[in-house]
Parts: sequence; structure tokens; C-alpha cells
Amino acid sequence: MSSKVYQFKPFNVGRVVIWTLFALVLLTAPLLFTSSLSQTMLSQMGIAIIVCLSYNILLGQGGMLSFGHAVYSGMGSFLAIHTLNQVSGGWPLPVSLVPIAGGLASMAVAILLGWVTTKKAATPFAMITLGIGELVWAMSLMFPEFFGGEGGVSGNRVVGAKTFGISYGPQIELYYLIAVYTFICTGLMFAFTRTPLGRMLNAVRDNPERVEFVGYDTQKVRYIAFIIAAFFAGISGGLAALNFEIVTSEVVSGYRSGAYLLFTFLGGATFFFGPIIGAILMVLAFVLLSEFTKAWLLYLGLVFLFMVMYAPGGVASLLMMNLRVAKFGHLRKLWVSYLALGLTALVVLLGAAAMIEMVYHLQLNSALGPELTFLGGTLNSKSLNSWFGSGFVMLTGLGLFEICRRQFAREWGQIQESIEKEIKRMESL
Amino acid sequence: MEFYTISLLNGISYGMLLFMLSSGLTLIFSMMGVLNFAHASFYMLGAYFAYTVTSLIGFWAALLVAPVLVGLVGAAFEKYFLRRVHKFGHVPELLITFGLSYIILELVQLVWGRSSVDYRVPVALDGPLFTLFGTQFPMYRGFMMGVALLMLMAIWLLLTRTRIGLVIQAALTHPEMVEALGHNVPRVFMLVFGGGCALAGLAGVIGGNAYVTEPSMAFSVGGVIFVVVVVGGMGSLAGAFLASILIGVLQTFAVAIDASLMSALQTVGVTLTPSTFGYALWKLKLSQVAPILPYLFLVLILIFRPKGLLGTREG
Repeated sequence: MSSKVYQFKPFNVGRVVIWTLFALVLLTAPLLFTSSLSQTMLSQMGIAIIVCLSYNILLGQGGMLSFGHAVYSGMGSFLAIHTLNQVSGGWPLPVSLVPIAGGLASMAVAILLGWVTTKKAATPFAMITLGIGELVWAMSLMFPEFFGGEGGVSGNRVVGAKTFGISYGPQIELYYLIAVYTFICTGLMFAFTRTPLGRMLNAVRDNPERVEFVGYDTQKVRYIAFIIAAFFAGISGGLAALNFEIVTSEVVSGYRSGAYLLFTFLGGATFFFGPIIGAILMVLAFVLLSEFTKAWLLYLGLVFLFMVMYAPGGVASLLMMNLRVAKFGHLRKLWVSYLALGLTALVVLLGAAAMIEMVYHLQLNSALGPELTFLGGTLNSKSLNSWFGSGFVMLTGLGLFEICRRQFAREWGQIQESIEKEIKRMESL
Repeated sequence: MEFYTISLLNGISYGMLLFMLSSGLTLIFSMMGVLNFAHASFYMLGAYFAYTVTSLIGFWAALLVAPVLVGLVGAAFEKYFLRRVHKFGHVPELLITFGLSYIILELVQLVWGRSSVDYRVPVALDGPLFTLFGTQFPMYRGFMMGVALLMLMAIWLLLTRTRIGLVIQAALTHPEMVEALGHNVPRVFMLVFGGGCALAGLAGVIGGNAYVTEPSMAFSVGGVIFVVVVVGGMGSLAGAFLASILIGVLQTFAVAIDASLMSALQTVGVTLTPSTFGYALWKLKLSQVAPILPYLFLVLILIFRPKGLLGTREG
């Protein structure tokens, strides 16, 4: 086996290199992107990475499709902001530990609600999490004393003792706090996948009946995993509370839970690092894409639909498949096809996006006249020319894309075949 | 007495609407094992289609045309999308319907705008059906109940008394055997999915004008119908009926009762002040709690009867 070459016990060199790189990226990212927008986005990415990874303990490792994960990140946020306000009132707790308070609070909530939730698995589990999510969300409007009603609860993170002169006033100081939490939580969650419990959780996902025969209680395994996931979600919620200094009932809503699910899946639930990609995509979509176009939810839904159909392993699985091809030295053969695929897909996207944007313009901004700017050019949403042009571009792209796709599928099949043969040959050696 | 009768009637009519929605969901679930997350979106689609068709050719035509259109959309979705992910297992199937719910919501907002549309009860049905203790019971509510009952009868007859119903029931438990006997099981699945969506569409046609036709209508009803399906017992049509009526009546009564635990204690002679522990909980009115009652009910059922009211399997 080729992976043995890199293992020098007791050190796993590959792993050390990857984690060092991860730490370096976390450290240097704000030095490369220095604008205040990118600093806020980087902070949000760190928060999103923790919550998506914690969601993946349920979805990827435990096979539990939850529609109510925002309950735990949101409750963490609320408890953290209340703790922060207590710190302002004189509690001797450093601000940097407030997220842990959020994590512990979420854990307590999960101990209570998770017992009911994890009684079932698979589809009933999904429905119950949906119901509990609705329950908590409806409650958030019922108890304004705790949830702050419409206006939410706000706090001030620049309180308490300033250790080493760190006040968490500037965004960059908070970013590094988030980065530290992100690194530690990612490490802990990775370590969790290597524990007997983490392995058991995978077994519960794949073959619960067999696990019961071996003598484990599947419900208990799910329950414990659920609590652990809630703990990390709560930490991310606590960091979000520190970051925004305001928590509204939106953080426990079903929309939030849906976003976690969507992006964890897009990133790739089958690999540990998939949700990290998903989290980065989530922040990019929420901050940049929503500024860029009004139709972003439609694009998101379509991307998700096609991802489920053609790449159920998410972006991470696409990466890993290409890594495998590269490992066997076949990636060189594919780059022409990739280029062709990319270009034709771009043409399709251009035509489709022009039409979608024109429809949105007609519906939402028709008072501003029929003209709209699209990627620097001007389109007239009422003229036949614009419609015909973009339709023509899209159809041409679609035709070319299909030709390239067939060619690519053929090449891809051949390469996979030769890789299989190569593996067989190496095994027989 | 007046309050109880009217609330009961309103509750039953709301429950009937819930049943129309959850019956399609239950049918699809018990047949294909697919939890159709976009079911409430099809309900919304039905309401919007009905709105447009009504303005073109009238309400009675819409009653027929809109569910058929929704059914066609559902069948097409099953054929071109859902069927392709069937081999990946149940979670991707659920996820693809989840993605669809996003797309339908965006498309509806795109075509009909982001605020509510003026979809009204037809003039022929606008008015009181009868007057009870001085309160009028709207004719449209009676119409809703009638349609729901007719639909219930139709499904029951279709499933138990016709050939296609027999094939559907057989395909439910022994798909391979049914296929071996020469029936096209994928097509049966497509029919069931389309049919279930058409039922949701029908619910949309008659529910859209009784309540409000707006883009958030799918989200507001979506959670409740999942509760109905779990409470009734996964895959049990009779259970779904019982649970729909129960939840409909429960919610209607709760909304109308303006009492809290505090006032209940006051009649016994205990007076609470704002300094009492948990005052926020004691002073909550039942009408304020109404939106969460179905979910509380769900949690209680899961604790005390995990297989649901009339369910047969635990899973």
C-alpha cells in the first residue's frame, strides 16, 4: 500500500503537514486580506467552519439528517450573550471563555431535547428535528424576557480584564480568538472521529442492526454523538454572539438550519474536511453572492439539486476523485476536457443567468425601466433581441457542453478502468 | 355552547385541510419511503395555479385544472430528478426534495411576486351555510369539508376497489414480485408521486382562498403536516386522518381560549405576582401557546407512544 510509505511511527508526517498548513492559513489569512469586509468574512468563516463540522458529526458520521441544528448553535448564542451581559455586570469571567459557556449551554439543551430526538433514526429523526426546531423557534417569540423579542439581545464584548492588552475591540483581535477556537475545535472533532465512539457512530450509520447484535445500544450512541455535536455548535454560536454583539431569534430559525444542511452537503458530508469547504462557500454565498444578484437563492437551489443528482459526495468528493486520478498520473490527459467543460459550462451559465436576471428585473425593478446592466453589458428585458440572444447563447452552450460531457465521460471511464487495473496489479505484487 | 360548536366545526374543517395535505405525504412515504420535503411547496403551487386559472377561466375549472397541473409537475420531478437519486438511498432523496422546496419558493416569488395575491372565495360560495346560536358558519368551510370527505372516499375506493389500487398496494410491500408479474413499478411510483402532489395541489386550491395565498404559506404549514404524519404513525392513512382532526381541533380551540395558567390558579384562589418564580411561563395565554401545541404534542407522542397513534412500525 502506498500510504504506508509516509508513515513514520509514532509521527504521521502527512497529518502533521496538513494541520500545520491549516494553522498557517488561519494565521496568515487576515494578513493577506486586510480590508474590513474580508476580516468580517474571515471571522464568519471560522464560525461557520465549526458549526458545519459539528453538523457533519450528525449528517456525515452518524447518518442523522437534522433539520434543527440551528437550535443548538442558536441556544449557544443566546446563552453566550446573556453570559457576556453578566460579565459586563461584574462576573469575573474572561470574554475569551464566553463561547465555552455557550457550548456548555447547548450541551444542556441537547441532553434535554436530544433524548427525544435520537429515539429514532433516518427519516423519522429528520421529521422530529424539524418539529423540535419549529418548537424552539415559536418559543423564541413567546418568551421575550429571554430571547429579546423582535429586537433581540445585544451585548458589548469590550468588557472584563484585558489580558496582555487584548480588549477584543478591533475585529482582528476577535478574528484571532475565532481562529484559535476554529483550530482547536477542528482538531477535537477530528480526534473524535478516531475514538471508539466515533467509529461506533459510523457503524450505527451503516448497519444499526449489526451494531445491536454486537451489543451496543444504537440509541445511546446517537444520543452521545448528538450531545457532542451540540457542544461544538454552541461554541460556534457563542463566537457568533461575540462577533455580532447582537443575537436575534433568527439564529434558531428553520432557515438557518436549512443553510447548515445545504452547505455541509455541498461541501461534502462524506469527508471530514468537506464541511470546511461548505462553510467557506456559505459565507461567500451569504455575503458576496447575495450582494451580486437577487436571484441567488434560485442559483443555490439549482446548484444543490444538481449536486445531489450528480455528485452526492459534494465538492470534497470531486476533489478526492481528481486527487486519485492525479496520484496515478492521469490528470494530464484530462485537462483539455476540463478546459472544454469549463468553457462550455460558462457559456450555458452566461445565457441562463442573463435570462434569470431579466426575469427578476421584470418582476422586481420594472419601475426602473426595462434596461439592466449584466456583467458590464446592457440588456433590455422588454426587447426580443436580448431574450433571443441569451436564449441562443444558452442553447449553443448546452449543445457544446453535452458534446464535451460525452467525451469527458468516455475518458473518465477509461482512466478509472486503468486505475482499477493498476491497483489490482499492485495488490498482486 | 355556541363557542364550542363553532370552534369544533372550524377545527374540523382545518383538520380536513391538514388531512388533504398529509394524506398525499403519507401515501408517498408509505409507497416509496421518500419523505417529500417539498410537499407543502406543492400545496403553495396549487394555490397559485388556482389563482391564475381562476382569473382566466373561473374557480370551478381551477378546482380541476390546478391539481392536475401540480400533479404533472410532481410526476415530472419524480421522473427526471427523484428517480435518478433513488440508488443513492433515502437521505439524498429527502435532500433533493429539500432543494426543490427552495427552487419552488423562488420561482413562485418570481412569477407572482413577494407579497400575497388576491385569491378569493368564489361568489357562489361566499356567505353563511347556516346560523347556529346566532353565529354564522361560512359556506366555504362546509365546502372544504365536503371536498375533503369526497377525496377521502375517492382515495379509499381507488386503493381498495380498483385494479390499479391493488397494484399500488402490492408494489408497496413486494415491488420485485409486482415487477416480475409484468407491471411497470417505476411508472406506478411516478403515478403515486404525481397523485400525492395533486392532492396537495387540491388542498392548495381550496385552502389558498380560505386562508392567505402568499410565498410563506408553504413554510407555515410545512412543519404541521410533518407533525401530523409522525403523530398519526408513519405511513398510516387512518392515523393521518385521526391526527389531522386532532391537531386541527386542538389548535383552533387553543387560539380561541384567552386564559393562562395564572388565571386558572386565580380561580382556585392562588394569586401570582410578577416576582413569582417562572412568571413568564405562568402568564402565557393559551392563545399565545397555540402555534407550538402541535410540536409539544409531537414530543409527548414520541415519549409515550413512539410508533404514533395508529402506526404499526417503529423506525
